[in-house]
Amino acid sequence: MELLNIFLKSAFVENMALAYFLGMCSFLAVSKKVDTALGLGLAVIFVLAVTTPINNLVYNYLLKEGAMTWMSPGMAEVDLSFLGFIAYIAVIAAMVQIVEMAIDKFSPTLYASLGVFLPLIAVNCAILGASLFMVQRDYTLAESTVFGLGSGVGWLLAIVALAAIRERLIYSNVPKPLRGLGITFITTGLMALGFQIFGGIQL
Amino acid sequence: MASENKKILLDPMHINNPITLQVLGICSALAVTTKLETAFVMSLALTFVLVLSNVVISLIRNKIPSSIRIITQLAIIASLVIVADQLLKAFIYDVSKQLSVFVGLIITNCIVMGRAEAFAMANPPGKSAIDGLGNSLGYAVILIVVAFFRELFGSGKIFGMTIMQTVNDGGWYPPNGLMVMSPGAFFLIGFIIWFQRWISPEIQEEN
Repeated sequence: MELLNIFLKSAFVENMALAYFLGMCSFLAVSKKVDTALGLGLAVIFVLAVTTPINNLVYNYLLKEGAMTWMSPGMAEVDLSFLGFIAYIAVIAAMVQIVEMAIDKFSPTLYASLGVFLPLIAVNCAILGASLFMVQRDYTLAESTVFGLGSGVGWLLAIVALAAIRERLIYSNVPKPLRGLGITFITTGLMALGFQIFGGIQL
Repeated sequence: MASENKKILLDPMHINNPITLQVLGICSALAVTTKLETAFVMSLALTFVLVLSNVVISLIRNKIPSSIRIITQLAIIASLVIVADQLLKAFIYDVSKQLSVFVGLIITNCIVMGRAEAFAMANPPGKSAIDGLGNSLGYAVILIVVAFFRELFGSGKIFGMTIMQTVNDGGWYPPNGLMVMSPGAFFLIGFIIWFQRWISPEIQEEN
């Protein structure tokens, strides 16, 4: 129940894109077509669900104060948490690379549709953001897996919805200075307003 | 030469603004703008990281093999962000608490990566430093304008000082809750973009 709650909360109430503004750069740049938005969204779900638990292990067994006691009791006072940022980003960059190679080897069709987006994801703020939130909220391994998955699903929902709106938007007569980026921001704001209705939902 | 440097410094303020034109670094720009104080500190932190990362990357640009340049840039940026984060924690702990994960997210802030990739990899350190400074200022301008309106209308304050006494504190001003929440930030940036492109029609988009 607790896990389901984390899932719903991360997917809807605390939507990565619309409530925390994470992953905005690719969110705005890759939302012109539903197909590509869907591809990027799936890749984000995948990478989030893999990297968040791994970073959870890195934090709990390497970086946290006293985390390295499993190596030797003498290391009980070692606190490497200040190295967090560089460790997480290294894990993310490495994972993205591995995932890319694995997909290329085992499923060329999936690679053809996802491949171009994978390198982009290494610098997607949503991925690093999820790891940082995971540390801040002290999630367990299971919780962080669910949190990663939920955040990914929420992000996919948001980007696909925005892409669908933008596909229709080409037919409307938007004031000239507002065309392109401006109207996209206002649309996103309206979507964020819509997502506010999920606020306070708890199981 | 001097005018070229001036152009590098001033273009990012308006007609090549990193947030509203290059669409970079929006992630953190929106999240830290509920108050002027956090927006200001965030801009300072970004300036520090962006100028130094541009200089460092530009200094070693001829030694970075292109196949691993992304990870090299990330390592440099992440180290600088760790320094910035530790400094904030040491001297202004309260603000650093409010900024929460967003200082860390400077690493993946597309402005830093984008300028490293687009400018510092191809230009000498001096110019890269000016480019870094210009883009940080462009970022800071948007952040501070957005934070000004969000704090003023959202909680009736500027830099934490009460300007308009809110109803909850026994004053006359009913605070606009929308401004404090995320949609308010999206609308404000949308309006800023509208305004910028209205006064400079050459940067309007086709569709």
